[in-house]
Amino acid sequence: MEHPDRWHRDQPGHRGPFGRHGPFGLRERHAGHGGPLRRDPADRLGGGVAAGIAAWRGFSPTTVRIVFVLVTLVSTGWGVPLYVLAWLFIPAAGTDTNIFSKARTDAGGIRLAVGLASLLIFVLLIAGALNGGWFIGWASPQVFSIAGLALIWRNAPEEDQATLRHLLEPLGVATGTVRPNRRSALRLVIAGALMAGGLGWLFSAHASLALLRPLGGVLLVIAAIVLALGPWWLRIARDLALERQAKARADERLDIGARVHDSVLQTLALIQRRADDPQKVIQLARMQERELRSWLFEGRDPDEADEELTVAAGVRKIQQDVEARYGVPVEAVTVGDCDLDDNLTALLSAAGEATVNAAKWSEAGVISLFAEVEPGEVSIVVRDRGKGFDPEAVPEDRKGLAESVHGRMARRGGTAIVTTAPGEGTKVTLKMPRSSLPAGRA
Amino acid sequence: MSAKTPRVVLVDDHGLFRSGVRAELGRQVEVVGEADDVQPAIDLIGELLPDVVLLDVHLPGGGGQAVVQAVKAEHPEVRFLALSASDAPEDVIAVIRAGARGYVTKTISTAELADAVRRVAAGDAVFSHRLAGFVLDAFAAAPQAPSDVKPSFDSELDQLTGREREVLRLIAQGYTYKEIAKELFISTKTVESHVSSVLRKLQLSTRHQLTRWAAERRLA
Repeated sequence: MEHPDRWHRDQPGHRGPFGRHGPFGLRERHAGHGGPLRRDPADRLGGGVAAGIAAWRGFSPTTVRIVFVLVTLVSTGWGVPLYVLAWLFIPAAGTDTNIFSKARTDAGGIRLAVGLASLLIFVLLIAGALNGGWFIGWASPQVFSIAGLALIWRNAPEEDQATLRHLLEPLGVATGTVRPNRRSALRLVIAGALMAGGLGWLFSAHASLALLRPLGGVLLVIAAIVLALGPWWLRIARDLALERQAKARADERLDIGARVHDSVLQTLALIQRRADDPQKVIQLARMQERELRSWLFEGRDPDEADEELTVAAGVRKIQQDVEARYGVPVEAVTVGDCDLDDNLTALLSAAGEATVNAAKWSEAGVISLFAEVEPGEVSIVVRDRGKGFDPEAVPEDRKGLAESVHGRMARRGGTAIVTTAPGEGTKVTLKMPRSSLPAGRA
Repeated sequence: MSAKTPRVVLVDDHGLFRSGVRAELGRQVEVVGEADDVQPAIDLIGELLPDVVLLDVHLPGGGGQAVVQAVKAEHPEVRFLALSASDAPEDVIAVIRAGARGYVTKTISTAELADAVRRVAAGDAVFSHRLAGFVLDAFAAAPQAPSDVKPSFDSELDQLTGREREVLRLIAQGYTYKEIAKELFISTKTVESHVSSVLRKLQLSTRHQLTRWAAERRLA
């Protein structure tokens, strides 16, 4: 014997003589249970009337429901009050008293029912005056439905009230609050007024305004729907936007995480492994510093090929290359900036060569690279405090490099001055006039 | 220059950096106090009145210039040397214009830092090669643009002399004051006075180009 818990919990005092009949066919849909007709709250959609009838007569509840809906359609809505009356008068399974027996003594409930019913009658009268047509045919039975539902609401056990609430819930959910606060209540009232007005207009189409009125009615109905459902749509849109933002943030965090991992942590690991080689450690630290700096402060991805479109970018490139290849720090300072043309590209190549020279030969701890862009010319000074050399006694391989610097500059109308002496360091001053023509696409 | 070791207060929000500097400078200067934020720094400096404040440009409770301005109002004799890891020209120019006597990067070597502290204590200006580059850039921008002629142009504060430019260029190339003196056939004292003069112009110039330049550099 099954005991659907709800019966015992909600109606402890109403089990009565029928309790022993057991459950009415929640899952036992055989040829009827033979007992009296009872609503079946365990298998309910509304009041459990259809399920109760099904269990009583041994039909499938679905069949009973379909028949019920068909009857409602054929009878232009009379099925609904019929159902409500059945809800009122048929006792729930396991009980012996119906809701009506209780509602009879509920003066307040009766007043409410009469009030609601008369309100609907009033609306119907107005609709009738406005030529409401089929609307009246469908709505007039609901006078009884509304009165009956009011009585049920007042007098039914908690369980039935919960069902009623549940039936009304979609409205609450659709407006964004299951329990409407004052603002959404006001909104709903306005929406209802618009809807009523729009429907009234729609149903009261007179010939003279035949074209205008349906349009106005449709507009009012649309406004009502927007007002009622708008906040819900807005919330969905907002949620989507928030989701996108969160995703963007997560992506950025991932990006930063990847950057820190790929370069910073790798470099730190390298530094730990090379702790015995101070020169290498400094080189690694500087390389990482420059990379991070260009990424954080200048928004440039160090992996991107530096386009070398300007003097400053070219100087940065020389600095990076020399530090990476020779492990000598290069202190670069650039004053002003301009786009590159062929002359300035040659100047930068010469400066690069001079810097590499200094890194390879001077044994200096640091190389200074200074570029200044002036209106008439661009000058670059490469300087080290290294061992210097005697220009008169330059080894052949170094002379070649010096020649190439000189030659490169001279061909473009620039100058190269090398100032050096043994023990005094070396200073290469390169000057290149700026051509007025923009850079070619070399 | 001065015989006694300068008394120094360190202001930096990184404890690791402070202890590092304290350990490195230990013998050569006297570190009398440390602070990690704007307000504690102002209180501490007012109390200790050190010769030099080593000041981080970036502090959580506001920029380093807030400290400089607050202390300068009460104790104009306290000197500031700005330190920064970022080299963002905007920040550097701001703290210099607030009244710092110089600016060096945090990657500076210990010996150079000690030397810079001593020079600031003696009243000289300290320009790192990078700051020299900034100043050249800032002061070069306007006079050369032909459309930028304006009445305030002839103000002595608004442009650098040729000599000052030469000195700044050499600083930007990594020359020491002594090397500059030798290169330009002038005395070290003269080099120092040129640098101080540049600092004064940097601090007092009303050229709005300075601010605009710094802001543009940041955007670039």
